Amino acid sequence: MTQLENVFGDPDRLTGRAATSASRLPVRPLTKEKIVIRLLLLVLALTTVYALAHLDDGGVNLAQAVSDTLSNLKIIFLHPGGPHLSFFKALYEVVITLGLAFLATLFGGFIALFLGLLAAQNLAPKPVTNVIKIFVAFIRAVPTILWVLIFAVTAGLGATAAVIGMTFHSISYLTKAYAESFEDLDRSVIEALKASGANWWQIVFQAVIPSSSTYLLSWTFLRFEMNFATAVVVGAAAGASGVGFDLYMASGYYFDLREVGLITYIILAFAIVLETIATRMKRKIRDHQPEFIA
Amino acid sequence: MPADIFVKRRNDRLLFFASLGVLTAGSIVITNYDAVAGFTSIGKAFVWGVSNFYPDAHALTKLPDIVLKLRDTILMSVAATTIAAIFAVMLAMIGSCTTRINTLFSVLARGLASVFRNIPLVAWAMILMLAFSQSLLTGYLALFFGSLGFLTRAFIETIDEASIHAVEALQATGASYPAIIFQAVLPSSLPQMVSWLLFMIDTNIRDATLVGLLTGTGIGFSFDLYYKSFHFHEASLVVIMIVVTIMSIEMISNYIRRIIL
Repeated sequence: MTQLENVFGDPDRLTGRAATSASRLPVRPLTKEKIVIRLLLLVLALTTVYALAHLDDGGVNLAQAVSDTLSNLKIIFLHPGGPHLSFFKALYEVVITLGLAFLATLFGGFIALFLGLLAAQNLAPKPVTNVIKIFVAFIRAVPTILWVLIFAVTAGLGATAAVIGMTFHSISYLTKAYAESFEDLDRSVIEALKASGANWWQIVFQAVIPSSSTYLLSWTFLRFEMNFATAVVVGAAAGASGVGFDLYMASGYYFDLREVGLITYIILAFAIVLETIATRMKRKIRDHQPEFIA
Repeated sequence: MPADIFVKRRNDRLLFFASLGVLTAGSIVITNYDAVAGFTSIGKAFVWGVSNFYPDAHALTKLPDIVLKLRDTILMSVAATTIAAIFAVMLAMIGSCTTRINTLFSVLARGLASVFRNIPLVAWAMILMLAFSQSLLTGYLALFFGSLGFLTRAFIETIDEASIHAVEALQATGASYPAIIFQAVLPSSLPQMVSWLLFMIDTNIRDATLVGLLTGTGIGFSFDLYYKSFHFHEASLVVIMIVVTIMSIEMISNYIRRIIL
């Protein structure tokens, strides 16, 4: 009892102890990850300051440009419409863009299914998975629009080159996503099938693909959503058909802001519907695989 | 009735592939996609690429110019991403379910993010070009708006996932709003946010190529110039430089992710 009184009755001693233990043991230790994050943020901040100081603004009067842009945005969003493009024609053009995105996703998904099997570590030998992963990383590193333009040399500018170019990027994205879905499969299932004498194709078609089909479909839809945005871009920059090309013509050649407004609204409506479905699908995937979302 | 399961499964599968077939046929008709030309062009492009699409000695003399343009593009992408990230953190604080001030602001923040993200990059680039003309500033702003939308959405998800328990604990102790933000929310979601930031930089460099193509700036314009004047050796050098850049950034990002996540 006296001992307790000694401890609690002497506030100086208590705080003194707390102070010495605090100086010996920092409240938040500086771990390696914290150092890395701080260094990275510092480097990015310095780069940004340097970049903004040296950004070539082409001698534009900033205040003038901002107010011009605001008034342009006002026309675009408050008075959509246009002489070249009726609402239904614009809608039809969006359907063409959806078609481009669909074809690219379908072809990409089909090829990625096989590459994904070869890239999954539980289904293929290590050297094979590494080769596929490097191949896929290379495809990813070339911007989609450059793939499209490269294929346009042999296929001609238009839908064909656009679809093939977009297919390439879809392959790289979906291969990675599919492979990770396959790797999630319980080892014991594959071992059980192997033990019962099933060959590789039987394992793939009877166990691997059926059990991961929900995730495959979700990933494919996510890619379809991304491909829709890409298809708009490709339509504009590579002269493929669809709503992107109309957007490019309206803003770059006719300078018709009201038409740009109409097209933007229609694209926005489609994109938000796709985004809503994709968010729901993403939730389903994330419950299953927390790490890979991008 | 066990037999029915198999019949049902077969019917489901038939329905799935039939609708896929119809959609494919419809898409091919509506887009004027030439299936034969599409598949043969891959082989042709490969042959053409091997014989024409490689940098020669003359193309290498253009290397300093290309590197300069590439440097501009990278700087522009990094700056657009970081500045967008700062604004996105604030929007995400307002938008996230755990840290929001009230429901109305949350809905507004999410809506704003969705609109910014879904207005196509082409539209941003073309709209901004009307006033900001052919300068890197146009590309910078176009990337900024797109990144702002994307990062806000990603950050909202990150905050929602990472910090609900910590926030509840701090609320129970009577901590103030800023204390909750700086002591619980930011520390616990920072690694994931940095990971998104790295992803966005990588994406923005690739998108900068495209914006450059449309607005006539940076590395995209270099490619466009060489490509349209049939200087394919120089164009291939541009592609190689982009690939090297993206792959090195991806390697650094993956290394950093392995440490911080």
